[in-house]
Amino acid sequence: MATTDIHSHHDAHVHDDHAHDEHHEGNFWTKYIFCQDHKIIAKQFLITGIFWALLGGTLSVIFRLQLGFPDANLEWLRPVLGGWITEQGKLDPEFYLALVTMHGTIMVFFVLTAGLSGTFSNFLIPLQIGARDMASGFMNMLSYWFFFLSSVIMFTSFFLETGPAGGGWTIYPPLSALPQAIKGSGTGMTLWLVAMALFIVSSLLGGINYITTVINMRTRGMSFTRMPLTIWAFFFTAIIGLLSFPVLFAAALLLIFDRSFGTSFYLSDIYIGGEALPHVGGSPILFQHLFWFLGHPEVYIVLLPALGLSSEIIATNSRKPIFGYKAMIGSMLFIAILSFIVWAHHMFVTGMNPFLGSIFMLLTLIIAVPSAVKIFNYVTTLWKGNLRFTPAMLFSIGLVSFFLTGGITGIFLGNSAIDIQLHDTYFVVAHFHLVMGSASFFGMIAGVYHWFPKMFGRMMNEKLGYVHFWITFVGVYLVFFPMHYIGIAGFPRRYYSWTNFETFSGFADLNTLVSVAAILTLSAQFIFLFNFFYSIFRGRLAPANPWHSTTLEWTTPRNPGHGNWIGEIPSVYRWPYDYSKPGAAEDFIPQTIPYSETPESNLPHENELIKLETEDKEGAIIVGGHTPHH
Amino acid sequence: MSLIIGLGVVLILVILFLIFRISSLVGVAKGKDPNKIGRSNSINASLFIVFMVVSLVSFFWYSFSFFHEYTLPVASIHGKLTDKLFWITMVVVVGSFTIISIVMFVFLYKYQYKEGYKAKFFPDNHYLELAWTIIPAIVLAVLVFTGLRAWNDITGPASKDAEVIEMIGQQFAWTVRYPGKDKELGKVNFKLIDNVGNEFGLDLKDKNSFDDFKSLELHLPVNKEILLKIRAKDVLHSVFLPHFRVKMDAVPGMPTQFKFVATLTTAEMREKLGNPNFNYELACTEICGKGHFSMKMPVVVDDEETYAKWKASQESWLKQNPDYLKQVPDELKEAAKVIAGIVTEPAPVAATVVSEPVAVAETTK
Repeated sequence: MATTDIHSHHDAHVHDDHAHDEHHEGNFWTKYIFCQDHKIIAKQFLITGIFWALLGGTLSVIFRLQLGFPDANLEWLRPVLGGWITEQGKLDPEFYLALVTMHGTIMVFFVLTAGLSGTFSNFLIPLQIGARDMASGFMNMLSYWFFFLSSVIMFTSFFLETGPAGGGWTIYPPLSALPQAIKGSGTGMTLWLVAMALFIVSSLLGGINYITTVINMRTRGMSFTRMPLTIWAFFFTAIIGLLSFPVLFAAALLLIFDRSFGTSFYLSDIYIGGEALPHVGGSPILFQHLFWFLGHPEVYIVLLPALGLSSEIIATNSRKPIFGYKAMIGSMLFIAILSFIVWAHHMFVTGMNPFLGSIFMLLTLIIAVPSAVKIFNYVTTLWKGNLRFTPAMLFSIGLVSFFLTGGITGIFLGNSAIDIQLHDTYFVVAHFHLVMGSASFFGMIAGVYHWFPKMFGRMMNEKLGYVHFWITFVGVYLVFFPMHYIGIAGFPRRYYSWTNFETFSGFADLNTLVSVAAILTLSAQFIFLFNFFYSIFRGRLAPANPWHSTTLEWTTPRNPGHGNWIGEIPSVYRWPYDYSKPGAAEDFIPQTIPYSETPESNLPHENELIKLETEDKEGAIIVGGHTPHH
Repeated sequence: MSLIIGLGVVLILVILFLIFRISSLVGVAKGKDPNKIGRSNSINASLFIVFMVVSLVSFFWYSFSFFHEYTLPVASIHGKLTDKLFWITMVVVVGSFTIISIVMFVFLYKYQYKEGYKAKFFPDNHYLELAWTIIPAIVLAVLVFTGLRAWNDITGPASKDAEVIEMIGQQFAWTVRYPGKDKELGKVNFKLIDNVGNEFGLDLKDKNSFDDFKSLELHLPVNKEILLKIRAKDVLHSVFLPHFRVKMDAVPGMPTQFKFVATLTTAEMREKLGNPNFNYELACTEICGKGHFSMKMPVVVDDEETYAKWKASQESWLKQNPDYLKQVPDELKEAAKVIAGIVTEPAPVAATVVSEPVAVAETTK
């Protein structure tokens, strides 16, 4: 009770500050560059993320050219790639590895972690929980600028003569530790490690802020059980990141020691380049354990925000409450916990103790249960809905489809006995690109289409959105579905060419198809880009609540200023999913409408809440926080 | 050529932009209510059905008609088991995938927006949620336990009389070391590796190393348990024998192993596939640098007799590199020469001579 009081006063205080602030708009630098407003920071993350996504996508198309058209002459890429094109007009095999490495690094970290969480956690947390800004605007700003610095360093590594890091995005030592083993392990790897260290700093600064804001800065009545699933997802994501990224930081630090200061954390018994190295006693497996201790939770860091966004979008556009709100939170919590104890399923055949393998196989297949629950809940949400296929809705449906298709192949890979054959083949590539890459990417795009009106006060063009969706949806399936067959046939990943092997001599046709589809899919993203930038300036003006949504962000002005709400922050009286409630005139009731105003649609237990609402406005918090729903 | 492509792309972009501009202007001119849900909604709904039908049909068509193209013949005992598990899982997975997909896409079509329709307020149902938590849990539990049993068998200890063969990965080639007649691999130490001849880092103080021999082709006996001892010299590599469903990383500083039984000789497999040119192969499946994609080793599975003959025909490493005799301790030199096959074994009298130094060596250790 006491804490509640303090919070509400605190809110009022913050509000006063901002009312005061609004008189000084600030100059260009404080408004757009070193800005502490969560909405601007979100857009900074988004634009940087889009840049990285384009670069990451382009890299993949370059190496797909090599795989799909192994005989093609790539001389025309020389103006861009220079010496990385060999004299025969082919891609340099070492540069090929650098391409796959950087594609992975960029997509996983710079696009789907920073671009996704950075954009939407920043943008939506204060808007959806009813806060003026993040708990610490300054830390939030630092978070972006650390990310920017990290981006600059990572980007610089492309211009090194020895090329960027080339040991795979998982940078397993000894390959990543020894410059004599591969060119990319020279300065390129150093820059990779420095950039990732800064990236982790950025991620932690952001994460601490997200958690603090969600816990402390919810508006009156916004109890945990009234938070939209987006916020729950960002909250869990931030906690996972906070617990797992430091481990990657440690792993990277030890690798830096091994590389530069002669320690032997990961190195032992190595004879390379005509000499036996002095390192003794280290273990490459140790690095893999540390890496995947982050690496696996990272999958969920990437995926959970996308699932949160799509839950919100699917409920809104089905005009139905999300089915099993509490089960959705429960599965996310369960996934978040389990994500920390499944990491070694990436390591079944690394020589790790087989007993450990059996434990991790058990834990891994358990994590499939909450994931299955989520899919069933999505499908049930569609049942008897009144579905509006906005572009955001289409991309969210695409996400569910990818999450299903990519998720179920995890049942093969999580089974260590079956994984023996499939490990490090294209089956794995197909699996994680669908379930983590494409699903999260679709979640991110869906989020942009859905919240664009709030970000820029204008609407994106829907027709272009449809075209973008259908080409991308079909394109992604054409890229990744055939890879299952290629993988079952045993084709190893990270191969520059398969022609050396009789066993892997087939499937030239499928590989060409995949490459063509990849080019097509990348091209379709330019439709999005056009739509995005065009609509920022020329899009139709957005109505206050374009999707007839219940959540708080749509109660702000069309272009909310720093502080989000003019006047008092609205109070919240109900959960965010009162769509198509029986008895109600409209098919949605915003969270800000008290039960006392909707006697016609209240459920029995909700009528009991009316008294508390009217007695004391602050009572709403206590009620929401402690009275069970049923 | 590239100019034409470039022009074409520009032209298409211009056309697209014009269509886009005209359609939005027409929309404004007609005074269309942008909030109204129009025909696009039902077009999207129908497209989902089209997508579902086309993709499911092509999925099943390709999977059945190209079955032999994307499946590898199997030639090991545990491989048959893991393949079986793979296909059992496949049935379960494809079954549920198909059902869920159809249900989802049909819902998308069936419940598309209708003017005046109000969606059903259906926030939860504990029975449903309980059902689809427990059913997947049970199915997964069954899959886990069958998988666990197979995994434990595969990774369990090898039998004592297993044929021990050592695979060594380095950038970018594989070498194989056979233990020779004594069936014991000699000790190795990475500090003894040199550029000239001792690529294994053989420790010649160990008598077991005298008859070890090297091969650039992996010969395997059929129907006999094989224990692959795997190590790497420089970076991570991974032994992948696709037809035997064998995969295990080669880790510098940490020897690994994999045991299996090959069931079909190369000749038998050629006959089975009707392909006289068929060969087993070994590939690297852990990124190891520039030449990763070319780290191949030919594999031959022989019947018992041919295998024995092949082994007998191989010269020991020491015989091929006699310079290294000087590293052999003096008291073992004579024995080494005999064991390595540098001097032919003298008659019975000499046999005792052979065994004596060995005994001495053991006591001096």
